[in-house]
Amino acid sequence: MNSTWSRFNITSIVLGFAFLYLPIVLLIVFSFNESKLVTVWGGFSTKWYVSLFHNQGLMDATWVTARVGVISATVATVLGTLAAITLTRYTRFKGRVLFSGMVFAPLVMPEVITGLSLLLLFVAVGLDRGFVTVTLAHITFTMCFVAVVVQSRLVTFDRSLEEAAMDLGAPPVKTFFQITLPVILPAIISGWMLAFTLSLDDLVIASFTSGPGATTLPMKIYSQVRLGVTPEINAACTILIAVVAIGVIIASIANKRREIQRQLDEQAAQRG
Amino acid sequence: MKSLGSIRRDFAPWNDPNAKPYIQFDKVTKKFADFIAVNNLSLTIFEREFFALLGASGCGKSTLLRMLAGFEEPSAGRILLDGQDLRGIPPYKRPVNMMFQSYALFPHMTVEKNIAFGLKQEGMPGPDIEKRVAEMLRLVKLEQFAKRKPHQLSGGQRQRVALARSVAKRPKVLLLDEPLGALDKKLREETQFELMDLQQELGLTFVVVTHDQEEAMTMADRIAIMDKGEVMQVATPAEIYEAPTSRFVAHFVGNVNMFEGRVAERTASTTRITGATGAQIVVDNGGAAAAGSDIIFAIRPEKIKVSSKKPADAVNVLEGEVYDVAYLGDMTVYHIKLDDGQIVRASALNASRITEDPLTWNDRAWVSFRPDAGVVLTR
Repeated sequence: MNSTWSRFNITSIVLGFAFLYLPIVLLIVFSFNESKLVTVWGGFSTKWYVSLFHNQGLMDATWVTARVGVISATVATVLGTLAAITLTRYTRFKGRVLFSGMVFAPLVMPEVITGLSLLLLFVAVGLDRGFVTVTLAHITFTMCFVAVVVQSRLVTFDRSLEEAAMDLGAPPVKTFFQITLPVILPAIISGWMLAFTLSLDDLVIASFTSGPGATTLPMKIYSQVRLGVTPEINAACTILIAVVAIGVIIASIANKRREIQRQLDEQAAQRG
Repeated sequence: MKSLGSIRRDFAPWNDPNAKPYIQFDKVTKKFADFIAVNNLSLTIFEREFFALLGASGCGKSTLLRMLAGFEEPSAGRILLDGQDLRGIPPYKRPVNMMFQSYALFPHMTVEKNIAFGLKQEGMPGPDIEKRVAEMLRLVKLEQFAKRKPHQLSGGQRQRVALARSVAKRPKVLLLDEPLGALDKKLREETQFELMDLQQELGLTFVVVTHDQEEAMTMADRIAIMDKGEVMQVATPAEIYEAPTSRFVAHFVGNVNMFEGRVAERTASTTRITGATGAQIVVDNGGAAAAGSDIIFAIRPEKIKVSSKKPADAVNVLEGEVYDVAYLGDMTVYHIKLDDGQIVRASALNASRITEDPLTWNDRAWVSFRPDAGVVLTR
């Protein structure tokens, strides 16, 4: 393998990364802009961050988003995990293929259709649109993602672990909580995080199913942008990016360290 | 103190008509959809016996074990343990424990917690659990590994944790599913003897499933040879090897030469067989073969003597030429092509370093064997 930095390699990397990150870098840079005009640089300032925390509308929307995200991700994780267990374990019931197809269909369903159909449902049953409906909608569309993540872990789960637990005297329910759940917990946690992230940045479905008093952050940002981008929005987005980036970095570092530790342990075990 | 060997020699409840059976498979059948895994099988295992189920994969031996553990219910028939019918009793209420082929150690628990798991389910008080776990760790020589997790152990250590965990509850019966399958050859041989010692020390009944005949021969008091969901023969290792009752068993365990033939003459003490190609064989014991019936004569390679001159006093002598010679160090294996075309495998122990009269390719050779060297098989 030729690993030297040829001119071609450098060019393609610079172009690629510019394509991916230039817009984000611009956004971050302009969040520190002194000027009120988004596109004109007027000097460095953090005043938009200060004013952001005094913008009651944005703060309310953040709070709504956080609550919707936590509740919907939690419920979706429970339901998605149950679905995944059923689909992996009870492989012989009639209509399993249809059922699993239906669980995963929302993965590829256009969000507009999901949103619209949910809206129609809520109207039909007379449910007032607001916090509850957004949360329900987010549960619906994030559940299948959780199911996919948990199912992929369950497929490689060694069933003899459960048999061993039962053989040693643990009834099925105890076996589930003491053996199965702890072993698949990492997958369930990543399922939860995925569901939370999806809920956090959903705009389309929230727009369909939300009502007065339950405006989520993406909706708020979108509506403000339509009235003109303010540096405040840039600041809000920068904070969002920072939160997500820090989360991803921590998760991957933790993962990497666990992996290295595991390899070291295994090598040590092999040596005796 | 009695040596292991002498205890073993005295132990033969299967020959005692008054011995109480401990585990009984009574006409057990297990079907999976259209596949019959176990077919109308009856089998008796005695207390404190080291019993091996030996067979190729798919012969039903693992299904038998899983039915005993309670993971599968028989489609028909009964399984009795110490007189109690096991039907409908779930695995977590059965007084048997199993050691799994994959060991099935709980990855999120330390060695200690793994061993304590079964005891906790029983509701054993904490101090007693600690004592028992310490005892088990001592038994499998893993005291200093108590706080390790399974992935921090080597394969041999994991195997011993699995063993300790499965005997910690002092089950009536320990089931072992290919217990040594994942170990390398050297470790496997050591562990075979450790398992035998452990079984003696704890006085438990062991039922082990294996596809490795050497493993079964080394460890077991009795072996059941299985094929296609049926038991072909149940006997001690020596009987299985020296007195197989069918072609399948003779073929399955060790190497064997088979001659097709017909019983030409049958008296109380001798049976004369005419081979399909004309060879004459005289044997002491004709078994159940009646005069005139078609049979198979089976003889082990080490029971056949090869010589470069025609032996004068042998009862059974066949002539041919050396087709192949394989020198294996401790012994030499000859393939002799008889004049009728059949190839006979004979093995000779290399008792001295220098052979006076070495046979080599294409030499004329005579094979001979005693009248009691082989067995007559009717099926």
